[in-house]
Amino acid sequence: MPTITMNVNGAPVSVEVENRTVLSSALREGLGMTGTHIGCDTSQCGACVVHVNGKAVKSCTIFALEADGADVETIEGQAHADGSLNVLQQAFQDHHGLQCGFCTPGMIMSAAALLKENPKPTEAEIRDYLEGNICRCTGYQGIVDAIMAASGQSTAIAAE
Amino acid sequence: MAADGGMGHATKRREDVRFLTGRGKYTDDYTPAKTSYCAFARSTVANGKINSIDTTAAAEMPGVVAVFKGEDFAEVGGNPAGWAIVSRDGTPMQEPKRPVLAHGKVRHVGDAYAAVIAETLEQAMDAVEAIDADIDELDAVIDMAGALANDNTLVHDEIGTNMCFDWGWIEDNRAATEEAIKNAPHVTTLKLVNNRLVPNALEPRCSIGEYDPGTGDYRLTTTSQNPHLTRLLISAFVLGIAENKLTVHSPDMGGGFGSKIYHYGEEALVLAAAKKLNRPVKWTSTRTEAFLSDAHGRDHVTKIELACEKDGTFIAFRTETMANVGAYLSNFSTVTPTFLHGTLMAGNYTVPNVYVNVKTVFTNTAPVDAYRGAGRPEATFSLERVIDKAARELGINPVEIRRKNFVKPDQFPYASAAGLEYDSGNYDALMDGLEMRADLAGFEARCTTSAKNGKLRGLGINSYIEACGIAPSNLVGVLGSRIGLYDAATVRVNATGNISVMVGAHSHGQGHETAFPQVVADMLGIDPMSVEIVHGDTSKIPFGMGTYGSRSLAVCGSAVFRATEKIIKKATLIAAHMVEAKPEDVNFTDGEFAVKGTNKKVSFGDVALKAYIPHDFPIEAIEPGLEETAFYDPANFTYPAGAYACEVEVDPDTGKVEICSMVAMDDFGNVVNPLIVTGQVQGGLAQGIGQALLEHGVYDENGQLLSGSLMDYAMPRADDLPNLVVDHSNATACTHNPIGVKGCGEAGAIGSPPTVVNAVIDALQRGGHDVEHIDMPVSPGRVWAAMNG
Ligand code: FES
Ligand code: FES
Repeated sequence: MPTITMNVNGAPVSVEVENRTVLSSALREGLGMTGTHIGCDTSQCGACVVHVNGKAVKSCTIFALEADGADVETIEGQAHADGSLNVLQQAFQDHHGLQCGFCTPGMIMSAAALLKENPKPTEAEIRDYLEGNICRCTGYQGIVDAIMAASGQSTAIAAE
Repeated sequence: MAADGGMGHATKRREDVRFLTGRGKYTDDYTPAKTSYCAFARSTVANGKINSIDTTAAAEMPGVVAVFKGEDFAEVGGNPAGWAIVSRDGTPMQEPKRPVLAHGKVRHVGDAYAAVIAETLEQAMDAVEAIDADIDELDAVIDMAGALANDNTLVHDEIGTNMCFDWGWIEDNRAATEEAIKNAPHVTTLKLVNNRLVPNALEPRCSIGEYDPGTGDYRLTTTSQNPHLTRLLISAFVLGIAENKLTVHSPDMGGGFGSKIYHYGEEALVLAAAKKLNRPVKWTSTRTEAFLSDAHGRDHVTKIELACEKDGTFIAFRTETMANVGAYLSNFSTVTPTFLHGTLMAGNYTVPNVYVNVKTVFTNTAPVDAYRGAGRPEATFSLERVIDKAARELGINPVEIRRKNFVKPDQFPYASAAGLEYDSGNYDALMDGLEMRADLAGFEARCTTSAKNGKLRGLGINSYIEACGIAPSNLVGVLGSRIGLYDAATVRVNATGNISVMVGAHSHGQGHETAFPQVVADMLGIDPMSVEIVHGDTSKIPFGMGTYGSRSLAVCGSAVFRATEKIIKKATLIAAHMVEAKPEDVNFTDGEFAVKGTNKKVSFGDVALKAYIPHDFPIEAIEPGLEETAFYDPANFTYPAGAYACEVEVDPDTGKVEICSMVAMDDFGNVVNPLIVTGQVQGGLAQGIGQALLEHGVYDENGQLLSGSLMDYAMPRADDLPNLVVDHSNATACTHNPIGVKGCGEAGAIGSPPTVVNAVIDALQRGGHDVEHIDMPVSPGRVWAAMNG
């Protein structure tokens, strides 16, 4: 089986993969990094989103071999070095942007990519950008509110 | 009172931190040493006779360690239905056996007939492809009316019919209701379909079986909303493993919405296989398997009649429903279309006559069972759609016709014509709040603006009531339940003063780890962060019934409350001993035990320590330790209620419906954590809007699931939904549980579908289209056809 090397959250790692192994499996099974989730088998749900060389990617849609030599960022690398939540993560907690937490890693990674591209998105732009991330729990309200807040904008509707 | 974060405080959820940092531990995140992987062979036909299943080639594939077939489980028990329903003529319901693996026949696409265990998942999946199954495809039973009319094509040959039961509620009211309808000045009739939904919790089901030959202990790690119930079903009915030799552990769970209440055959299989192979066996559902094998929801075909006076006073509701149960009876499938549906058919109203007839039908489709709301969305949809139609026919405003018939605040407790006793509520106050919050007075002006933009605007109104806090055991016992529906909690005050609370409820997104400590901390006057919830593991928690039916806080929270009361009582004894006073002279407030009329006091923490270092205890009067358990059985259901408003714009050229606003005004009784409650309602609203506009589990006449993937089944995405306005300030406390809570998990999914459809019909009517009803999902195609039909 081939071995690939990647920089995952800034640390060099190598892992054995099959030709057919997708990046999400390499992370979860190969490296034991189970923060990245698998919610579907048709690349629809977005629970598996990570960043590869700075771009948001559904990690179930690329082969691990394609990520050989890449910089990969996952949910496990998002908090500050001291373990405290980063601005986006903190906004998700403050605005109840998660319930079961299963979509959350993908949501955070997608939202981070959005804010990198567009630091002050409108609500409509947020909803549009998240089209590829399904959340079954929140109705997206808390997620949209959190991303608005993380980008320094007041939220549409406060929780009562 | 807790210093901060007690009852009523919008405390941020503590569990969020691990979920936000990728440290949540869901079932699939566990992989014990030496794990082997399981993949299932599933039927590609809806109805088929199994001639033979040849696994020889599969067994010889690389990495394969075992192959199982239906006959390997022929001798074990079936997975039972939890409620025995009796038909109108007194005959018991039909209960065909639900096997671990299909045997003799396959009965729906996705019905598992064999399982392969291999060293890797890929090897297991490859070997499944090598199984040679000789299955004769038979005609499929799909359409419910056809299934009842035709006894020649059967889902279960051995029972000779496709009908599970023919239930009447309340049968004694049948004649009176018929008479009332015959003599009524006005009768409105509506035929409607409550569309089949696929729950689609984002985390697929997953089960890991383990066996320890040294001790004979089994362990099942699985996605379950109720680990004790799953253990009981496996032990008492399916595999016969002694309960005390089986641990069921459900770790973090990525949503459930009902679909993870039930025990499924895959759980039994991985346990049996783990023992046989003496190594862990893991199965993780793919999304494709989830579509085909998770229990679906809804799927009713209904005719409802509303008889009323010309002034809109309700005289009678009569409902005839066919409810799909799919190919096998899932655990709650028989109670969902009956007692969770028929008993709600009086709604929020003082109607004197209610009769409901439900025929449940076996079909060659995935089992259908409780999905968020479970029976109550079906009831609310039928009622609130026919009321809207009646209002239109009689020329009465939809708000007014509802107000005219509301149970009034001074009528509580109110015995409904459908057999329930509503303990508290104020439906007029909810409607008042809605009128303000949704600015109903401004609707006409918004209509004008929409018209200028070439859009048809409509307003939908709805009132709902639900029966939650499931459920009083004595009542459900009379109604056919085979289980009790109490819950349980153990509060353990540790010697150093921090507290572990073991609960039967099991959070799968509801935030129990945050909310339950708020209750305990409030009662004890301590920091909520010193209270920790333990849940999901049968080896650690008392026997409780889990999380569904908006029951966790109302039932399990009440058990926590009762156990904490016992803690206070015992701690008072210890404190009295410590300060040498009589227990009746000791008061407990703000975390301190104080002797009346003196300045003698002792803190809760000192009492906790003393409880475990009882050097000077009067041992005949006070036991050491500070740990109490309470089982709480509710005296009644709880009755959350609400009034919802939705405004839509319909594009007359395309039929596309856009939701402009959705306002939910709910009464959940007392609220422990408003942040969590708001989120629960928003999530429910999204699922209800999904049902109304997008989602549909569609089988073709051959039993193929056409909407069997996330590409075909339209899940609500962020850009499908509006801002969701939620208000729960118009509350009346539940009168019969100690926290005064009613439950909030399902309300949004119950109240929103008729609100949305009422709004769409209103928009079309205002636009000059004489459209009385459109079945859900109200897709652009259906709307366009209705406008142009
Ligand atoms: S797992 Fe669903 S998109 Fe990757
Ligand atoms: S929080 Fe459960 S799927 Fe988003």
